[in-house]
Amino acid sequence: MFEIFGISSQALFGQLLIGLINGSFYALLSLGLAVIFGMLNIINFTHGAQYMLGAFTAFFLLQYAGLGYWWAIVIAPVIVGITGIIVERLFLQWLYKLDHLYGLLLTFGLALIFEGTFRNFFGSSGLPYSVPPELQGGQNLGFMFLPNYRAWVVVFSLAVCLTTWFVIERTKLGSYLRAATENPTLVRAFGINVPRMITLTYGFGVALAALAGVMAAPIYNVSPQMGANLIIVVFAVVVIGGMGSIMGAIVTGFGLGIIEGLTKVFFPEASNTVIFIIMAIVLLIRPAGLFGRGA
Amino acid sequence: MKGMISLAALAVAIGCSPAQAQYSDGTIKIGVMNDMSGTYSDLSGQGSVVAARMAVEDFGAAAKGMKVEIVGADHQNKPDVGSNVVRTWIDVDKVDVIVDVPTSSVALAVNEIVRDKNKVFLVSGAAASDLTGAKCTPNTIHWTYDTWALANGTGKAIVKTGGDTWFFLTADYAFGHALERDTAAVVEKNGGKVVGKVRHPFPGTDFSSFLLQAQASKAKIIGLANAGSDTINSIKQASEFGITQSGQNLAALLAFITDVHALGLKTAQGLIMTEAWYWDLNDANREFAKKFAPQFKGVHPTMVHAGVYSAVTHYLKAVEALKSDADGKAIVAKMKETPTDDKLFGKGTVRADGRKIHPMYLFEVKKPAESKGPWDYYKVRATIPADEAFRPLAEGGCPLVKS
Repeated sequence: MFEIFGISSQALFGQLLIGLINGSFYALLSLGLAVIFGMLNIINFTHGAQYMLGAFTAFFLLQYAGLGYWWAIVIAPVIVGITGIIVERLFLQWLYKLDHLYGLLLTFGLALIFEGTFRNFFGSSGLPYSVPPELQGGQNLGFMFLPNYRAWVVVFSLAVCLTTWFVIERTKLGSYLRAATENPTLVRAFGINVPRMITLTYGFGVALAALAGVMAAPIYNVSPQMGANLIIVVFAVVVIGGMGSIMGAIVTGFGLGIIEGLTKVFFPEASNTVIFIIMAIVLLIRPAGLFGRGA
Repeated sequence: MKGMISLAALAVAIGCSPAQAQYSDGTIKIGVMNDMSGTYSDLSGQGSVVAARMAVEDFGAAAKGMKVEIVGADHQNKPDVGSNVVRTWIDVDKVDVIVDVPTSSVALAVNEIVRDKNKVFLVSGAAASDLTGAKCTPNTIHWTYDTWALANGTGKAIVKTGGDTWFFLTADYAFGHALERDTAAVVEKNGGKVVGKVRHPFPGTDFSSFLLQAQASKAKIIGLANAGSDTINSIKQASEFGITQSGQNLAALLAFITDVHALGLKTAQGLIMTEAWYWDLNDANREFAKKFAPQFKGVHPTMVHAGVYSAVTHYLKAVEALKSDADGKAIVAKMKETPTDDKLFGKGTVRADGRKIHPMYLFEVKKPAESKGPWDYYKVRATIPADEAFRPLAEGGCPLVKS
């Protein structure tokens, strides 16, 4: 065993892996934000609340319908995605032509309403949700004990991220979407229902947040403020990656998870500020973000 | 990103008969300030407003010709927000007494303001024992518990049963530092050793990094010097990473019944914790809980809520005796002079340094099979008598104590 800066390599590998696990949540959440911003030009501040809704829906499904984790991971994103679609139809669709600020204010307000409502009914301490029986236990990797559930989180979120990237950047459907954001009038002229496509995209972005919420339920406390704690970091991730860049969101999500993990070893007190320091530096050097195409 | 729910004013004007006593602007105004939207809002929050209201009703303020009004505010766990609220309350709204204030960093800030303005500060939610130590003031009473009492209860019990090497997981602000300091002192005094510590940002979400460091330290006990959802997440994730299964034990140095409720008994069973009050200890407590819960989302009262009730009751007695709510110092002096007696904490005293004295309890969380239902969570392991529960008067370094 060798040592790096006084930390044994054993501990270091463990921390890298944990960084990767946290990074997968950042990636999944920032992916949804990037999709919504890229396609709708809306800065979706409700994202954290929608992540929270995903976790709560998983809890409700178990509590009131007896449907466990595997059902929740399919059903919760659909349900929350539908609420997203309703929000888009009722409110957001009127804002596309206005300044970004209006969308931001609206979604911020909605987030406060969602969180406040849940806090009113369920309190702030949170609700218990356990790891599905199939994924309990873990593997001893020699340098650390890896819970099976965390391994699943990394693999699954990586798969979801790459699939989303592929669909948007490499398929016909994705090319319609991208074209529709560039020039909606022209795309409509080709007989494509642009408003519906945008609505569904928002629903999809919201569903991604809910999916992350379901995945978080067994390991983080399911509470109304769980999203609020995370959303600011996720926004920093999106800004660093470049607003609207899908690949940027994925790569920076995982990357920053790892950097944050290392900070927790070398200087734990700074672990919640390190991402913002990086954000400031990136903005100074590349204002459009690491993967942004620039305006 | 918490809401700007400022001054969620819950005015309870109870009765209004021509007063003979000289109350400033005719009303005794109680300001309950705490975390109403974040991680501590179940263990304090609106519940503390409910508890204060119940105290005013049970005191029979209206019948005695005292007009009492209660206002509530959210300090969002931020010292700057809390300081602004308290300044506005005192200067503009004529609030006479500030109650509760969990989150020690906020409480320490409020402590100074209340002294400068000569009002009264009754602390129930905050933990830092500095409030009756170096930072004690003639205007502050620390009511329910403090970090010294927690450390003394839980720390001692664990070291005595063989948990003699400790690693601390500490919330990185005044409260966490105080709790870590006080517990480390107890551990070392009883022959144990502290092998390491890590300070995590408050509030945190993922504790696995820190838990791995604790695991690598090989300490027998991982002391959680944090509270609320930080404690819940730490316990949940420690069980996930197989830390408890591999022989290390967790010591939740500050946990409330609401935390146990959130964890579920399956995860929380066997935890040992020190508290000042439990709703199922006796008939008076049970009756209080039965009235309290329906007014606060079914949540059963924590020791913080009970402390608010007890503190407000004693405050009103002092104001009644003095027939004035104007001079904060005089009221606190009266409160120290009069023995306390209320239905939740029984008989007690308030010491010269502002420390309220009563017994503390060492509880163990029940196994799921032992619990009769929701909120039936604790069994008493030991009662720590009042004269041993809190830091000896001479050791706190409070300037008010004449040596």
